[in-house]
Amino acid sequence: MTGSIQVNETPLVLYTLRRADDALVLGHRLSEWCGHAPSLEEDMALANIGLDLLGQARALYSYAAELEAAGHDEDGYAYLRDAPQYRNLLLLEQPNGDFAHTMARQFLYSAFADPYWRAMTRCADPTLAAVAAKSEKESAYHLRHSSEWMIRLGDGTEESRRRAQTAVDTLWPYTGEMFEPEDMGIDPATLRPEWARTVTDILSQATLTQPANTWMHRGGRIGRHTEHLGPMLAVMQHLQRSHPGARW
Amino acid sequence: MPTPDTTLWEVFIRSRNGLAHKHVGSLHAADATMALQAARDVYTRRGEGLSVWVVPSNAITASDPADKGMMFEPAESKIYRHPTFYDVPDDVGHM
Repeated sequence: MTGSIQVNETPLVLYTLRRADDALVLGHRLSEWCGHAPSLEEDMALANIGLDLLGQARALYSYAAELEAAGHDEDGYAYLRDAPQYRNLLLLEQPNGDFAHTMARQFLYSAFADPYWRAMTRCADPTLAAVAAKSEKESAYHLRHSSEWMIRLGDGTEESRRRAQTAVDTLWPYTGEMFEPEDMGIDPATLRPEWARTVTDILSQATLTQPANTWMHRGGRIGRHTEHLGPMLAVMQHLQRSHPGARW
Repeated sequence: MPTPDTTLWEVFIRSRNGLAHKHVGSLHAADATMALQAARDVYTRRGEGLSVWVVPSNAITASDPADKGMMFEPAESKIYRHPTFYDVPDDVGHM
């Protein structure tokens, strides 16, 4: 087994890795649906969203490698860091669960990611601004697709409604972490009103109950993860850890 | 993977400005909004389209293959319906 790399996390490297890890972890989760989604159409939709996110992650990891200038590359960041070195939101590493769970996770994140990327298009750093410009169009569609599903699942059959409400209730305590302050870049708290408007609007159309803001999980941004990230990385990293530098 | 018990839709894509929408295939979706999204996800992944139409398959009235003889064969012998059947006088120039 190949050991992990050590990353010199300057503030900008850390900031970039947080965005990249968000995209990779959620993208990988969505890839787990490939061949298992409820319909061929949705299988393609989930894979498309996953590939959008993978593309975002690749661009950001390449930029982190350039900034760090320590000889690491995008594969190194993805395959040769352990769970405590990952900087993603806890929400995004949560298992897929049923389809409603996956859609609720996507919706709660995309309602945040879309305004985030839009704000980042005005960023002074030209690379981050360029990644944001591409990602914003992608996340706008992710938000539309997951919103339409939330409305149909919530306002659907008794069973779809029960599953959608359970998903929202289960994932809600992971939403607070998105708005934690960071040392640089966009202040996520400024995006909260827009996120709250989107979520309230869609959940109300879905006739779902918005959970109360109680205690919120946190720690993903500093590497304290839930028990779900380790097993996910073990699957994702298995090949590169066993056969370092393997290509096909 | 089970085929969901949802409406069948026909998908039409216009690839460039000035061209007509062209039938590309079909898909299952619960309603028009979801059909449009599914069409985007299934049929425009490689930059095929600028515009998408979805039409419920049951809104299309199709000719019966068994009527092929009476529907289409009579036209085959009417070669005078093609412009190339006629000699154009040289003085007319390009038409």
